[in-house]
Amino acid sequence: MKNESEPTNQGRRDFLGAAAGLTAAAVAPGMMLHTVDSEAAAPTGGVSDAHRWGLLVDTSKCADGCTACVDACDQENGLNLQSQPLGDDELKWQNQRATWIRKVKLQDNLTGQVTNLPLMCQHCEHPPCVDVCPTGASFKRADGIVMVDRHTCIGCRYCMMACPYKARSFIHEQVDQKLTRAPRGKGCVESCNLCAHRLDTGDISTACADACSAEGHQALVFGDLKDPTGPLRQALAKKPNRQIRQDLGLNTGVRYAGI
Amino acid sequence: MAEVLSKGVLLAFLSVALGLSAMAKAEGVGDFVQPSSKAASVENCVEPTEYMRRNHFELIRHQRDETVYGGIRGAKHSLSGCVSCHVGYDSQGTPLEIDAEGQFCSSCHDYAAVEMNCFDCHATVPKGEAWNHEVAAVHAHPTGAAPLAATSAER
Amino acid sequence: MKRIVYREWLVEPQRYWGLLAMLAGVIAVGGLSALYMEHEGHWVTGMTNSVVWGTPHVFAVFLIIAASGALNVASIGTVFDKTAYKPLARLSGLLAVALLVGGLLVLVLDLGRPDRLLVAMTTYNFSSIFAWNIFLYSGFAAIVIGYLWTMAERKGNHLQKPVGTFAFLWRLALTTGTGSIFGFLVGREAYDTAILAPLFVVMSFAYGLAIYMLVLFYAFDADGRPIGPAMLKRLKNLLGLFVAAVLYFTLVYHLTKLYGAKNSDIEAFLLINGGLYTALFWVGWVLIGGLIPLGIIYHPELNKQRDWIATASALVVAGGLAAMYVIIIGSQAYPQEMFPGHSVIQFGAPGDVGGRVAPYSPSFPELLLGLGGVGVALLITAVGIRVLQFLPESLADRDVDPHASARHA
Ligand code: SF4
Ligand code: SF4
Repeated sequence: MKNESEPTNQGRRDFLGAAAGLTAAAVAPGMMLHTVDSEAAAPTGGVSDAHRWGLLVDTSKCADGCTACVDACDQENGLNLQSQPLGDDELKWQNQRATWIRKVKLQDNLTGQVTNLPLMCQHCEHPPCVDVCPTGASFKRADGIVMVDRHTCIGCRYCMMACPYKARSFIHEQVDQKLTRAPRGKGCVESCNLCAHRLDTGDISTACADACSAEGHQALVFGDLKDPTGPLRQALAKKPNRQIRQDLGLNTGVRYAGI
Repeated sequence: MAEVLSKGVLLAFLSVALGLSAMAKAEGVGDFVQPSSKAASVENCVEPTEYMRRNHFELIRHQRDETVYGGIRGAKHSLSGCVSCHVGYDSQGTPLEIDAEGQFCSSCHDYAAVEMNCFDCHATVPKGEAWNHEVAAVHAHPTGAAPLAATSAER
Repeated sequence: MKRIVYREWLVEPQRYWGLLAMLAGVIAVGGLSALYMEHEGHWVTGMTNSVVWGTPHVFAVFLIIAASGALNVASIGTVFDKTAYKPLARLSGLLAVALLVGGLLVLVLDLGRPDRLLVAMTTYNFSSIFAWNIFLYSGFAAIVIGYLWTMAERKGNHLQKPVGTFAFLWRLALTTGTGSIFGFLVGREAYDTAILAPLFVVMSFAYGLAIYMLVLFYAFDADGRPIGPAMLKRLKNLLGLFVAAVLYFTLVYHLTKLYGAKNSDIEAFLLINGGLYTALFWVGWVLIGGLIPLGIIYHPELNKQRDWIATASALVVAGGLAAMYVIIIGSQAYPQEMFPGHSVIQFGAPGDVGGRVAPYSPSFPELLLGLGGVGVALLITAVGIRVLQFLPESLADRDVDPHASARHA
């Protein structure tokens, strides 16, 4: 399967890449504006491409029925503050509410073996969501985190069409309650941002990985893909792992062992 | 961006107008700082008050891009800083929404009839701000050593 | 050849104002629906995180591709020098602009943040096909208006051919672009193919012409202008050709998909076991939008009667909407395949769909918004032909192309 579709998709990538290159030239000066002058006393020096944040999911450790990571994410990002609009259908609401991370249970068609895993934005190196976004609201930070600039998102949902992982959610309802660290509002698209607010304050962790460890499962390892001695790279070296839809050649930042 | 820009321009015009009228009416107009807020007890805003009246939006918008693209949080000009300092409290010590009628942001914006949509998305009271502010320092860990205990979430 | 005389639409005032009032009503209801959806948020629609583009997109995409198709009649006259089509050109240009405006309006009003339209028009991401389309659409409107000017103004007449040719090329790019909006989505099985772009082009030919014919027949009927049998024959033959081409490309699309063995599941879904979507494909897209109109068009008796040809056109339009529904919604409802060789037995919360077909049922506001867009297109057309000289006085054969009618007589 991999061999079959790689060339086409890569060709398409190259085409888009070339187009993107042209843009980059035009946009780069603008981007610079964002990174210079940080007179502000920030807890960290800001985002840099010295890091690329990622996760390793060890599916063999992911427990059936456990939702610690999902609950932690909801709490961390204020997603637990969502409330079903009056009059909305219960099942429909579950498909409309924002979900940044979800538990997925798979069964091997041949062996019947069951696998559990958490699925979130895979923080692609070549993110289709960023390629398609008409306004550039979907973007990739220098440290590899893919997120939405909610100030420019027009809510066209094209990124949701493009994401191969169903990682993104559209905010379907008015948002009454939100946290200071995680602003969110009706009409924009959002997805996992690897707890960027933590990283930016120097806390190298994510809510999901912390929660998984606290439960004693250790199925999630968060860290820097560029740091050869860091916990993530060490974990990656120990276990054979792959990307979901590796055939698409997106080089995701989230890797899975045991699928 | 352009919307913001045009709003900024509009705002600039209006604040000039406001500034002028404030001068005419002396101190009365423009003093919308809530007595119960932290701001009431400090000498100055992060910049001189007159400057802030006219240019706060420029500063906030600039900081916005720094934060979103550059990951610079909790800086001097961040909106969450405005909220935490300017939010008023009721007699029980519960924070009042900053964009509620009569509170800091809206009393002036209503007066100047300038629409404000920061709070479509941003929190109107300091809420779960642990990761944006001073408190964050307490949780900061050295690179690579992810903490075991759940540092997550609202407490 | 006789000079073609154009006249404002001379329908009686009651009928004209009645029509306008009706269209205004449709538009108002559509506008209110948009306001309602915008105020409440999209939860009031049938759209979810699985089916993110709903009925408004069905109408919007249909109107936009029909817009570029409606321009064809003019192109045939100008670019390919078919004299007989020249009198039809002005209406063709007007309809193209009107349909485009209607479609874009629906598209914009379905955004999560329509208030940020200015953002969409000022910050571009040039690797996004969608952003390119914004240029293609606005450019199209500008070029067609210029094209109309060259037709109407004697001073501009000599420019008609180059401008017309440019407009023709632009419209091809536009439909290809619209098709590519879907064609570049690698993560969706149904879309990931290059054939979508040409399929959209032939669809635009067919739907645009069908709408054109319906409008033409209605307008001519209303103030008693004649359409000659040769003209009728020409138009219906053209429609027949386009409809056949749609069917042909549909076949090619499914064959390419079937050929790539890993796509056989989505093919089975669309063609055999997709429930509503399968039904819409066979009954709507193929039968109502293809075979029945072809039957009428090539029926030796029926194809001489204007009413039957109008029926065929209406069926093509209905089939077109069904086709858009299958392409846009069916392909989203079909689960994204992330784990080959595995079955997804749980995906988040129970209603959070993954690994199985996502439910979607259009809500009323969505439908009304879509119809509002159609209303806008028709209102622009009605007012346009009423106040300006868009319609030729007569399409009787001797007025259009004396030689042709002599031959056929
Ligand atoms: S997983 Fe989806 S949302 Fe995340 S970067 Fe990749 S394409 Fe974008
Ligand atoms: S919904 Fe927002 S982030 Fe997604 S493609 Fe549209 S503008 Fe970009």
